[in-house]
Formats: sequence, structure tokens, C-alpha cells
Amino acid sequence: MDFTLRIVMTGAALLGLISGSLGTLAVLRRQGLIGDTVAHAALPGIVLAFLLSGSKASVVLQLGAAISGTLAMLWVQSVVRTTRIRFDAALGMALAVFFGLGVVLLSAAQHTAGAAQAGLDRFLFGQAATLLREDLLTMAVTGALALGLVLVFWKEVKLVLFDEAYAAALGLPVRWLQTLLIILLVVAIVIGLQTVGVVLMIAVIIAPAAAARQWSSRYGRVLLLAGLFGLLSGALGAWISNLAPRLPTGPIIVLLLTVLVLLSVLVAPARGLLWQRYRRRRARATAQQAVVAVLQELAHHHPEDYPHPTATIQAALGANVPVEAILRDLERRGKVQHKPGQGWHLTNPPHTP
Amino acid sequence: MSPALEILLVAVLTAAACALPGAFLVLRRMSLVSDAISHAVLPGIVIGFLLTENLQHPLLLVLAGASGLLTVYLIELLEKTGRLREDAAIGLVFPALFSVGVLLIAQLADQVHLDTDAVLLGELAFVPFDRLQWQGIDLGPRALWTMAGLLLMNVLLLWLLYKELTLATFDAAAAAVLGFRPILLHYLLMGLVAVTVVAAFHAVGAILVIALMIGPPATALLLARRMPTYLLLSLLIGALSALPGYGMARVLDVSIAGSMATMVGVLFGLVWLLAPETGLLARWRRHRRQQLDFALDLLLLHLLHHEHQPAATVERHQDTLPAHLNWTSERLNIILAEGQRRGWLQRKGPEVHLTPAGRARATQLVETLAPARSP
Repeated sequence: MDFTLRIVMTGAALLGLISGSLGTLAVLRRQGLIGDTVAHAALPGIVLAFLLSGSKASVVLQLGAAISGTLAMLWVQSVVRTTRIRFDAALGMALAVFFGLGVVLLSAAQHTAGAAQAGLDRFLFGQAATLLREDLLTMAVTGALALGLVLVFWKEVKLVLFDEAYAAALGLPVRWLQTLLIILLVVAIVIGLQTVGVVLMIAVIIAPAAAARQWSSRYGRVLLLAGLFGLLSGALGAWISNLAPRLPTGPIIVLLLTVLVLLSVLVAPARGLLWQRYRRRRARATAQQAVVAVLQELAHHHPEDYPHPTATIQAALGANVPVEAILRDLERRGKVQHKPGQGWHLTNPPHTP
Repeated sequence: MSPALEILLVAVLTAAACALPGAFLVLRRMSLVSDAISHAVLPGIVIGFLLTENLQHPLLLVLAGASGLLTVYLIELLEKTGRLREDAAIGLVFPALFSVGVLLIAQLADQVHLDTDAVLLGELAFVPFDRLQWQGIDLGPRALWTMAGLLLMNVLLLWLLYKELTLATFDAAAAAVLGFRPILLHYLLMGLVAVTVVAAFHAVGAILVIALMIGPPATALLLARRMPTYLLLSLLIGALSALPGYGMARVLDVSIAGSMATMVGVLFGLVWLLAPETGLLARWRRHRRQQLDFALDLLLLHLLHHEHQPAATVERHQDTLPAHLNWTSERLNIILAEGQRRGWLQRKGPEVHLTPAGRARATQLVETLAPARSP
């Protein structure tokens, strides 16, 4: 494997691991779209960091991105807290306004800095090929720090995620913890911008968590699985995009992640839609067998086409079996016949011994 | 018309056209649908461009609108499985569609001269160059006509469906019971949003469309208390944010769409801070005022209570008051000054006395605070 590919694959895998696992912090609170706002709001920070420092080093630009992403979210929070504007509208407005400011600054940078600013737009759509070895180091260190914080505050994080009111009642500093969660998310997003870009970053935050959620209901496992899903899709996506020319890495990773979510929704045990359908079908078959057994038993003591009222069958099976619906189902399959106003009997009654 | 005026006019019309459906999105907590649609139209545009090789072809609008509606449909489909929440469904569908668009562009780079930047950012400055000709007569920029038509359509449809949409927005159950088909209305609104996004982003870009759809209605929501005022204000604020935005872009020579989006935010920020009654500043001042009123009342009651007690001279002494009321002496001085200004208090040496007016006020306070006596 050549050197560049190794760097890009490692970078994409790291990004998937970090953003995927930290993404659970937003998705499980039903606030996954924070990711979109933070990603877009990073742009003014990136451009300002460049204008102020004159450097295009990823660390500098990422610091700028993190600051403006955090500012946007703090704005959103205080708007929601002080007005009747809902979270979704505040998120959307912050996204568009910050990004607009970023575009203004970018066009100003094109005048003042001329050619020197070229390459800033790698953050817009992402260019995995521009990853350097130092970038991997930054990603690994910041990612490890962020995940370390989650581990240190494990109990508090879980409480704020799932039961904010209870956390507040226990006397935890909920506001600070929320801010901590947002900063962790900002880290998760900023890490990935250079590889997948502003627009697609949201998918790397949401998809691994959404897929992982299907496989488990325990937070620890969901976090681990999301990290694993992100890691695999990142590495695989980078590898695929290297196979043929003109396959940009970001979109490939996003499409892989989308497939992963759809598969998880379909086949994950317990929550999977296919399993659910299978279980329903089996439950229905069992219920039908029970009803047929009751009718067979009754047929031993009555003439073949003697109609048994629904209430009789219901009494034999207990009140919580949907006997009427099952009988209609059996009638459609030709197993029982209905005499209106009287009741039901089997079409092929067993021969009385 | 000068090019500058043409650009400005297109910007104002676009802003007004976006604000109307946006106002309903904001109320229905679906603001981010505009975000999703504006990104997800990309594959529709690319496919349309491949088929027609013309960025202006009406088929592009149709296909882009179709992919916008497809987005809404897919989001709801995912949500209905019960396995994904709304935010996750939105955040999965539009990046996937956008990815398809980007991949298509990358694969067909030889045939398609389409810039993803242009789709996202738009370029209002190019508006005057694309003109509508009819039998050799110049009818003005094409975008001017599209946007005017769009605005007209939105005004007309929302005027016709005003009552139905308002009811379905605030009480979907009641709307359903009364036979107004909230689901049909929902898809109608979504269709309207899709068409608006598609028609508008060609001129102004996806991001400004989001800003114009959400920003002005959110600003109007800070000011309005009734639906008609809210809609009118949304329209007005939308149109108004176009002006300083364009001005800033001209003066600083920067992106027009970007500075309009920025101005949407600035306008919101101003209203958020300065709105009468609901603004942060007004609320802060009201809060301070109430604190002062309360403190003054407390002082009056304190003085009245101790007035005829043996320890009265101690209780009304300016050196004991801070300790007894748990105030700093600076705070006491502020409150004393206010009490003197209102004619309720007077200072006699180091002592603080009630004036007759102050005593009347304090007695009245006792009356209102005392539990109702039986007759």
C-alpha cells in the first residue's frame, strides 16, 4: 500500500472513530442536526484564523473552526432560552448566518491575501488527499482527549443525555455539562471537516450513531459500535475512492454510512424491521393454530357444520387474544367458514374417532 | 435599469418570496427541512443538466423540485419505521442525495461544467448578465421574472390557504376533524418550499435561501403576537435585510449572498436585543426596575414596623439598616436616593424617616399583604 493511501485511510478511519462515537452525544438527544450547524459555522472561524495568523496549518484553522462553531451553538442556546423561537429555527438561522459570514470573509480574503488563501476551500467540500502525517497526530490527540473526557464524566454525561431534569434534581451543573457536550461535539466535527467537508460532515456525526442504536440499547455499547462503524466506513471509503479516479472520499464515506444505517434498520436483531416482520408472522401462526385447535376440540362434540359463536372461542382463549381478527384471517385462507349471526366452524373438520 | 438596481430588486423579491413559506416552516418546527431540500436538489440539477446541457432549462427546475419532494418523502419514510428520529432521518437523507450529486459531477467532469460552489453560494452578481429577450426586445434579467412569478405564486397560494394552513399549523387534530386534510396541506407546503428553494437558489445559492427562509420569520416571531402581523413582518424584514446586505457587499466588495445572510443575522440580533418589551435590553431594565421597587417596599415596611418601638432609633439608623436588610451600604444609598426622589423617605442626620406619603404607601402595602379579614 502506498504511503499517501495509508495516511488517507488512517485519517478517514480516525475521523470515523472519533466523530462516530462522539456523534452519539447529539443523536441520542435527538439533536443530531447540531452537527450541521457546527460544521457550517466553522467556516468564518477557519477564514479568520487564516487572516489573523497568515498560516494555513490545519491546527490553526481547526482552532478557529472550533471557536466559531462553539460560538454559534452558544448563540443558539441563548436564543432558545430567551425567546419563543424553537431549537430548529435557531439552528437553521445560526447555520446560514455564520456560513454567510464565512463566505463574506472568504471573498474578502481573496482580495487581500490573493493567491495565498488558495486551499482554504478544501474545508468546504473536503479533500482527504490533503491530509498530512501531522494532521493524523492532531486528530489522534484531540480525539483521545475528547473521548477521555467522556470517560471521566461518564456518569454525568449519561444522566444529562437521558434525563436532564433528574440530573438537575441531583444537583449536577446541567448547564456546564451541556456546554461540555457541545464542545465535545464541536471537536468531533472540526476533526472531520478537512476530510469530508462542511456539507457532508453531518452524516458522519449522525449515521454511525443511528446505525449503532439499532444493535443495542445500552449506551456504552452504542458508543463503541458507533465508533467501530465510523472507523470501518472511513477506512473502506478511503480505500474505494482510491480505486478509480474522480471518486471523492467524502461522498463515498457518506454513501457507505447510509447503506450501513439502512442495513441496520432492516436486520439488526430485536429492532430490525425484517425480524419484526418475522416475529409478527410467527406470532400470527401460533395464534391461528390455537384458534383452530379450539375449533377442532369443539368439533368433537358437535355436528360438523355447527356454528360456534365468537364468544365461545374467546372464552376458551382468554380476553387478550384478538380472536375476531384471527378468525377473519383464517376465513380468508379458507380454513374456517362463517355463518352470519351464528358463528364459525372448520371447513375440514377432523374425523371423530 | 442599472445592473445594481436589478440585482437589488432580485434580492428583495427573493427575500420576500422565501419569507412566506418559511414563516410556516418556523411555526411548524420544520425549519431544517429547508436546509435538507436546498442541499438535496443537487442530483436533480445534475441529471437535468446532463439531459439538457443547459443550466437555464425549465426541466432542471422540475427535476430539482422532484428531488426536493423526494427528500421530504424519504425523511418521512425513515421516520415512520419508528427506528430513526426526525433529526437522524433528515441528517441521513440529504447528505446521501448531496453525495450522489457530487459523485455525478466528479464522474462527468468532462461533460459537466458545474461548480458545487455555485450551487451552494450562488452568484447574485451574475444576475444582470442573463437576460430575457422577446422578439429582440430586452425584458430585463431572467431572474427578475422568475422571482416575481415565485413571489406572486406564494402570495396567492398562501392567501388562498391562509385559514387552512394556520389551523393545521396550530392544531392539526382540529383541522383533521373539520375536514381540512392536514396531510395534504403538509405536502402542499413542502411542495411550495421545494419550488421556492429551487427557483431561488439559482440566483442566491442554497445557504442564503436557508437564511431568508428562517431568519426573517424568526425575527418577526420576536415582535408579532398575531398571525397576520407575523406574516407581514416576515415579508417586510426579509425585504429589508436585502438592502443593507447588498450595500455592505458593494462597499467591501465581497460576496452579495454572504453579506445578505450576515445581515439577516445582524437584523435578528438587533431585534433580539432592542425589541420593546420582549428585547433582552428591555427585559433587563424591567428586571432592574422590579428589583428596585421591591427593595424600596421592603425598606418602607421595615421602617413602618419599627416606627413606634423602643428600638426605633437603632432600626432606622443608616449604619444598622444594611445589616438588618442584608444590603451593602452602596445599595442602601441607591435605594434611599430613589425613595427620596419619590418623596417617601427623608433623612434626618444619620436616621431614615418615613414621610407622610411614605407612611401611606407602607400602610397600603400592609393592607394588600395582610390575609383577608373576616367581616
